[in-house]
Amino acid sequence: MRQILPFAVLAAVAVAAFYIFPYNLAFLTRVTIMMIFVLSLDLVQGVAGIATLGHAAMYGTGAYAAGLFAIHVWHDPLAGLAVGAVAGAVIAFVSGLFLMRAHGLTLLMLTIAVAEVLQEVANKFSDITGGTDGLGGIRMGRLLGVWKFDFVGQTGYVYAVCVLFLVMVLLKVVIGSPFGLALRGIQDSQARMRAIGTPVARRLLASYVLGGAGGGVGGALAAQSTQLVSLGVYSFQLSAEAVIMLILGGTGRLWGALIGTAVFMTVHEVAASVDPFNWLFVIGALVLAVVYAVPQGLMGLPAEVKRWIGRLA
Amino acid sequence: MSAGLEVRGLNKAFGGLVVARDISLTLRPGDRKALIGPNGAGKSTFTNLITGILEPSGGEITLDGRDLRAMSEAQRVKAGIAKTFQITTLFRSLSVRDNLRLPLWERRGGTGRPFRRAGGDAWVEAEVEALLAQFRLTDVGDRPVARLAYGQQRLVEMAMTLALKPRILILDEPAAGVPSSESPLIAEAIAALPADLAVLIIEHDMALVFKVATRIIVLVAGAILTEGTPAEISADPRVRDLYLGAKHG
Repeated sequence: MRQILPFAVLAAVAVAAFYIFPYNLAFLTRVTIMMIFVLSLDLVQGVAGIATLGHAAMYGTGAYAAGLFAIHVWHDPLAGLAVGAVAGAVIAFVSGLFLMRAHGLTLLMLTIAVAEVLQEVANKFSDITGGTDGLGGIRMGRLLGVWKFDFVGQTGYVYAVCVLFLVMVLLKVVIGSPFGLALRGIQDSQARMRAIGTPVARRLLASYVLGGAGGGVGGALAAQSTQLVSLGVYSFQLSAEAVIMLILGGTGRLWGALIGTAVFMTVHEVAASVDPFNWLFVIGALVLAVVYAVPQGLMGLPAEVKRWIGRLA
Repeated sequence: MSAGLEVRGLNKAFGGLVVARDISLTLRPGDRKALIGPNGAGKSTFTNLITGILEPSGGEITLDGRDLRAMSEAQRVKAGIAKTFQITTLFRSLSVRDNLRLPLWERRGGTGRPFRRAGGDAWVEAEVEALLAQFRLTDVGDRPVARLAYGQQRLVEMAMTLALKPRILILDEPAAGVPSSESPLIAEAIAALPADLAVLIIEHDMALVFKVATRIIVLVAGAILTEGTPAEISADPRVRDLYLGAKHG
């Protein structure tokens, strides 16, 4: 029951948002896609403790793979989604083979480097990727052969929300498994994990690949819903903002990733429309306040408030 | 070929610094041996050579006649060699139960399974409860390890290692940092270890060593000075001078 309730709340919020903001579905879809991306980052960084500022490497690869697949092979959305997931997983596997030997700052720098290299590759092969002009001309077929991607973005939104649910359920299962427990163990103490006979590097690689598949799914969804892939999908800003959203919401607990993303993107949207020049200040102040007052992230807010009240008594 | 751990002529040097010099010892099933020696004698180096954290410069290490030198740390654990950490090294954010589940899943065939429930295996759960009962940790089973008393953390450390069902157990200063009020807990837990287990205790607390060990090996400057029963060791003037003497003035 305690497992199901949050899912019911999530479904209710998703449905309510659909009816309350019928003209903001494009934004809501962007939030949903970002949630998937930040969730996949939570597995890698929040659960397994792999420090990364280059998660966009998987997002971007998923986006380009899904876009190119739709243009050259088949315009079916679900097939494109699978291609994006596989592409993200493959890039995570290949880069993870050497990244997972590094730790701390070295690892952080290397993850950034991987995303930068991929961005440069996409830029150089502009006859395939469209380079700085972006990859245009993506036309999506009907979802499951039935629902057309409409101008308002209703299909796109419902589609993204369904994928979010699937990703969420899958990650919940994985985190509650012996594998998920091992990842949390690795974050606490790699030395101890080795001492109980766990092949630590292999577990880390597996989590990186799984997180990569999730990132690829996010990128594929973005490519499909905006029908455009730009070089920005590999940007450092995307990787960094995802980390900020995760820290804002609270790491390692999945729901924190959703809350952090929703809050960050909503504040961003509202602040930017009120004051297009100083919105970053608002975001910065918010992050500072949360990190300072509730180090566990917004997910830790109820417990923190309880403590404050307890101190008064 | 004999059962147990056999170390012959083990050497280790970091450049010109020799930290293990021609060490030979055996650990048979049921042995309770202690390794003592002043700080810097090479006790930790010796354990690291056995568990595979360090590679020896020369010498042989065999378990039941099988050469261990080519095995990784993880493979040696699977072969039956386990050690506790001198400085408590636990999964601090996880509950005591989860701490015990991890080694048990590892024994059950690996923690690589993403679609099972970590707490959903009858065998694992039964073993967890048995270990909790053995180390009197049942009441605190769901607490995060970080919130336990230090003595209890040492017990979790031992329970986790025992969960691996080792045949050779190396206890690296099991009572280090434990307040004297809690140290009987440790002695009691060591006394209750399975009879057929081979145990090597590395310890500074002489009272504990004399209580639980049947043979004592004295290590000085990377080499074995002498080996004998507790009575022989306490009577040995060289040991008095080098170790006990230094300590008690």
